[in-house]
Amino acid sequence: MKPQPVTLKILNVLSVLLFLTALGMVFLYAPLEETMNYVQKIFYFHIANAWVGMLGFLAAAVSGVIYLVKHDQKWDIVELAAVEISVVFFLIAILAGSIWARPTWGAYWTWEPRLTTAAILEMVFVAYLLLRQGIDDPDRRARFSAVYTLIGSISVPITFMSIRLFRTIHPVVVGSNSSASQGTFSMTSPMLITMFFSLFTFSVIFVDLFWHRIRLGQLAQHVEQLKLEEHQ
Amino acid sequence: MLDFAVSMKYMLAGYVVILSILAIYLVSLVVRWRNLKRDMEVLEELQEKPT
Repeated sequence: MKPQPVTLKILNVLSVLLFLTALGMVFLYAPLEETMNYVQKIFYFHIANAWVGMLGFLAAAVSGVIYLVKHDQKWDIVELAAVEISVVFFLIAILAGSIWARPTWGAYWTWEPRLTTAAILEMVFVAYLLLRQGIDDPDRRARFSAVYTLIGSISVPITFMSIRLFRTIHPVVVGSNSSASQGTFSMTSPMLITMFFSLFTFSVIFVDLFWHRIRLGQLAQHVEQLKLEEHQ
Repeated sequence: MLDFAVSMKYMLAGYVVILSILAIYLVSLVVRWRNLKRDMEVLEELQEKPT
């Protein structure tokens, strides 16, 4: 296995620096919101994690399509990497959101459209990771995974649009809120800058982790190949 | 308006969860990489040995 390329090493350093800067901006630069005060600061990382989570699920669907066209195992590795990282980021978004919801809505969880569709999206891809392990033949596994990812990714636009299409208590960041929304706040410029910086930071972290996860997948494939040769 | 102490408690809980999950995932990547690397070395050693 080749050592880490220089670009990846630079990306590692950049990710750490951006992450520390984003944390600094959340706690030192972004002002305290008037009604919710401290707990509103969860917003910046909550939205950034949800963003990269959804982006990753879509990247997985695109990889799935390319696999179905080219039948090249490397796209299965890319797809798995995208799903795994997205499951982690989306889990963070859900858990951080529910902690923010407790003092704001009075409950950690409520079965309203956004939370329900988000939970379904997360479970669909957790199931993907579990089901993959049950298939030994690499080609069959890759084919099944590609089709599953394609169908599963339909959940992404549904989750994204749920707060815009249905009456929900979940606030809308871009667009107008439903009359039932709770926990809304008016964004000042420093808040907006911090939000966009967090989105950028987590996008860079996503690319960095994605690259590492692809390398891990390639190493796993190489080891699997060596094992097969050893058994023959 | 939310009580400052209560709000602070939930904010800290939120960031502890965020940072912990990220840290656990990073550790899992490192551990899996090391295990695979060790497996690869053992298998390559076995292949080099004359049967």
